[in-house]
Amino acid sequence: MNPRLVILDVVARPLYVVVLLASLVVLLRGHNEPGGGFIAGLVAVTASVLWALAHGPAAAEARLPFRSPLILSAVGVALGVVSGLPALLFGDAFLTHLWGAIPLGFTELKVSTVLVFDVGVYLCVWGALAGYALSLLEADLTPADDERPEPRR
Amino acid sequence: MSVWLAASPVLVPLATALATALAYRHARLQRLLSLAGIVAFFGTALTLVATVQGGETLAVAFGSWPAPFGIEFRIDRLGASLVLITALMGLACLVFHESDADPGNRHPLLLPLVHGVLAGVAGAFATADLFNLYVWFEVMLIAALGVFAIGGRRDQLDASFKYLTLNLLGTLLLLIGVGAIYAATGHLNYGALAEAAAGLPPALTTLLLTVLGLAFLVKAGAFPLFAWLPASYHTLPGPILALFAGLLTKVGAYAVLRVVGDVFAPPPAVLLEALGWIAAATMLVGVLGAAYHWDIRRILAFHIISQIGYILLATALAGEAGNAATLFYTLHHIVVKANLFLIGAIVWRLTGSYDLRRIGGLWQARPWLGVLFAIPALSLVGIPPLSGFWAKYLVLFEAIGQGRIVWTVVALLVSVLTLYSMMKIWLEAFWRPHPDAGWTLPRDARLAPAVAATVGLAAITLWIGTQPEALIAYARAAAATMGGAAP
Repeated sequence: MNPRLVILDVVARPLYVVVLLASLVVLLRGHNEPGGGFIAGLVAVTASVLWALAHGPAAAEARLPFRSPLILSAVGVALGVVSGLPALLFGDAFLTHLWGAIPLGFTELKVSTVLVFDVGVYLCVWGALAGYALSLLEADLTPADDERPEPRR
Repeated sequence: MSVWLAASPVLVPLATALATALAYRHARLQRLLSLAGIVAFFGTALTLVATVQGGETLAVAFGSWPAPFGIEFRIDRLGASLVLITALMGLACLVFHESDADPGNRHPLLLPLVHGVLAGVAGAFATADLFNLYVWFEVMLIAALGVFAIGGRRDQLDASFKYLTLNLLGTLLLLIGVGAIYAATGHLNYGALAEAAAGLPPALTTLLLTVLGLAFLVKAGAFPLFAWLPASYHTLPGPILALFAGLLTKVGAYAVLRVVGDVFAPPPAVLLEALGWIAAATMLVGVLGAAYHWDIRRILAFHIISQIGYILLATALAGEAGNAATLFYTLHHIVVKANLFLIGAIVWRLTGSYDLRRIGGLWQARPWLGVLFAIPALSLVGIPPLSGFWAKYLVLFEAIGQGRIVWTVVALLVSVLTLYSMMKIWLEAFWRPHPDAGWTLPRDARLAPAVAATVGLAAITLWIGTQPEALIAYARAAAATMGGAAP
């Protein structure tokens, strides 16, 4: 890989946060408008890839929630399964989603198990695809047998 | 609660896969979770069979979106018995995996992926929606691919690549078929499709079912679309190989049965005719391929193909008797085939090789293993009073009854050749002295779990063989409620 780029290095720090915030916006607006867990997950993956380009795949992995792509995606799938379970209390079928509203005075906040499901998709996509992308970048960094190891800074 | 029981074939293995994935840093905990999960799966599958055997079907519409618009699991006797056999195979192979007979690389992702495969298999048996069936095939494919690639050895990556390419072709064909059927009928739900099928022009039905059937035949490993199977299976660790060999191709065979014998029953006669000839060719090519090989795993892998031929032949005979024979044959065969691979892994542990030319002397050293091998081997051939005899009896009785003399003769000939293959393994691995005069049994082999699993499966084979009435009655009852009831 190229020697580290100072500009990328500096810009990556705020950009990482901005991209993740953008992914959250996409996640939440996906309820009634284009967006949702899958696309938001893809946006979040770009943040991880950005960090990997600036600081290396290992550093990007350490910045993931739970510090592991596998755990992150497993937690995502688990949230997806869990979101279908409250239906059990009401004798409904698995994945029957429940809705509620919390009055806030001036408006009301709608909460639902669908959101839990969507967050699950988000984490799963983020974990799985970041895992693939980071391993590929890692493979790119690892010298092949017939190459001399490059000096690492 | 019944809606939850209906969802359990997928929920339980999926939850186990998640739990084992989350515990991937703790090997012991992971193995405990995996065993607990498979026992729970076996328990729910038993409950499932007990619930539906009276004729009730268990259904769940996910998210309470009603059929035919939502996705539905609908478990009848056919689906329930196959879910049970899936859980049983998972149990036997995971218990076997606790021994040191060819366990392979104990990678932290292996157990989550194996449970993922089980979820895919059970989901395919439980679903009542054609697109959802495709999804479960895909789950199976992706999880199995992970298992194939896990060691990262050159031959494993080679096997994964062949497995991926050829199976993706099948999957693509399946997707095209599902899309075309949706375009033609506007439905994906089995029940709605069965109603809509009557109104389709026969030529269109033939075309749609040909595409769909070809896709399933790729998955089942039928002639001439089986190249992926012997190219990849032998790189897997013993117990995982047994699990895959027992279950994966049978999902394809089940899908053929479900579509031809239930949803679109009775299908155009030309399709059944073609399926019958494909089945005969599959039987013959599989058994001839086996005769050429010396590696136990490769011999047995070709016999998977050959036996798939018998199952497809039963499906091609159609009607209630054909469908019942298909189910009986499938259940018998999964147990026998997995057990042969498991015993092969024990042979590997004791003699150090899968290659028949380099091993021998086991009859002197371990006579009980020779007997244990003989039970599934002779059952595969179809010697009475083992389970294979009744399975072949049901198929051939119906074939003769329908005047299908050529198919009957091929099936009998293949039985003789199967006997030749099994005798080859028995003579080379057990009867003949070991080619290396200094060979002794390994002293530190930890085989207790392996023996427990193989003896358990052999006992099931013997039980089916000596008490076939119960299973035959169950298979007939299952066939009676399928669409092919009136040929």
